[in-house]
Amino acid sequence: MTREPVIHVAALRKTYGRTVAVDEVSFDVQAGEIFGLIGPNGAGKTTAMECIEGLRTPDRGLISVLGMDPGRDAYALQERIGVQLQEAQLQKRIKVREAVGLWASLYRKPVNGDRLIDQLGLGDKRNAWFMTLSGGQKQRLFIALALINDPELVFLDELTTGLDPQARRAIWDLVRGIRQRGKTVFLTTHLMEEAERLCDRVAIIDHGRIIDIGTPTELVHRHCPERTVIIVSQDSNAADRFRAIPLVRSVSSEGFQLTIRGVGGELVTHVIQCVAEHKILVIDFRTEVPTLEDVFLKLTGHMIRD
Amino acid sequence: MLRGLWKLTWLEIKIFVREPLGVIGTVGIPVLIYVLFGRLFASPRRDAADVPRVFSVDLPILASVLIATSTVLSLVAIIAIYREGGILRRLRATPLRPYTILTAHVLVKLLFTLITLAAMLLAGRRYYSLDAGVPLVSFTLSLLFSSVSILSLGFLIASIVPTARFAQPIGTLILYPMLAVSGLFVPVASLPPTLRALARVLPLTYAVSLMRGIWHGESWAAHGGDVAVLFVMFLAFTAVSAKVFRWE
Repeated sequence: MTREPVIHVAALRKTYGRTVAVDEVSFDVQAGEIFGLIGPNGAGKTTAMECIEGLRTPDRGLISVLGMDPGRDAYALQERIGVQLQEAQLQKRIKVREAVGLWASLYRKPVNGDRLIDQLGLGDKRNAWFMTLSGGQKQRLFIALALINDPELVFLDELTTGLDPQARRAIWDLVRGIRQRGKTVFLTTHLMEEAERLCDRVAIIDHGRIIDIGTPTELVHRHCPERTVIIVSQDSNAADRFRAIPLVRSVSSEGFQLTIRGVGGELVTHVIQCVAEHKILVIDFRTEVPTLEDVFLKLTGHMIRD
Repeated sequence: MLRGLWKLTWLEIKIFVREPLGVIGTVGIPVLIYVLFGRLFASPRRDAADVPRVFSVDLPILASVLIATSTVLSLVAIIAIYREGGILRRLRATPLRPYTILTAHVLVKLLFTLITLAAMLLAGRRYYSLDAGVPLVSFTLSLLFSSVSILSLGFLIASIVPTARFAQPIGTLILYPMLAVSGLFVPVASLPPTLRALARVLPLTYAVSLMRGIWHGESWAAHGGDVAVLFVMFLAFTAVSAKVFRWE
């Protein structure tokens, strides 16, 4: 018996004038997972997310969040979810701890605001005015506001925009920590690396449509089964030996570098066995496994950054 | 459900005070102008016939009305700025209700109305005496009561106007004609019929009548009609704005 999904979206549709921002989008988010809606900017991620949060009204479709209707039960829902918006502002001269304090006063069971401020690395900016914060610091403040009520379900929209790699990793750890405490995370991102590192499952969206849904590994296996092994060897027979491997499609050479392309998860194993069997002297050995970015390109015909 | 109202109100007061220009504009300048006008126009110093009544005798009322209108304009502007800047949007994804946010701003405006009035009357008491004949408490109450009603009109404008760019002009477009027909400068009875009709549907007209009456010692009972109309308008404007409030 499967549990009730935390978010259930069916045939969601939202248009703005003649632009169809979200087109027949359907997916479920299960309890306790980190689910990513991934796609390029303008794909409809934020629109879809904000419809689910109850900030926008869809034209058509069914949305259920924690068993509630985000349009009708907006206030009850806001008690139990945490929302981090992509583009948000606060009063210019509000202090960090004042914002956190205000938010904390709005909920029945807030967490310790001061600790949250420290956890997000804003400890020494506690009394700083909002307008003096850097982009990354503002982002972290908004994350704090999304977590202040210890929500069961957290919405994160383009979470690490404007953050340097160090801060980005710290936030990723924080998000994993949220999931570890049994919460559910629904995030959007256009960064494939973020999706691969964080998400249990992803839904790829482009031009308002869901292209496919699955775990990152599943999607790669399903759409990009190719594997590449790059070997540097001075053995002149190596290329032919590799061509003989059943899974191998092509072997190209450039000087001493051989690029072996084939299909299937066992390709790498077969190449290694071939090397061992024929005692091929290998100077360098590298594998390339396709990423979600490759999956996206395969499925949509364009790069995610176009 | 007014959770967060006091915290938000106190916070907005602190934030307002952190911008010195805002405080100077809201409190400092009206006080300055009041005192200046007092020096120039107050009755004992000038031939009463030369100076329009509004500047000689009714200045406290005029001043109060100007405080009220300026608070409305700034309320409308602030809401528009919050809306445009995405602050309202951020507040929306919380259990905060729109009327809590508006109420907080109104309370802040009322507080500064009080402060400005007090500062003004104290600073200018040489020209406009505050002797026993002036019912200060009653007058202050009448100003606050009128402000709430006029501010609810501001609510309505703020709920509907989409951007900060339009907020000021639209607010001004409504407020200054309202001021002109309110009976401050010309008695309402002397206005041409259309303007008189307009005056009767605008809250400021009743506010002026109420405040002028109280200042000159008349009883609240005598102005029961004004009070009733102001109250009804407040209810009506508030109800409509709650329905049509735009978060973005």
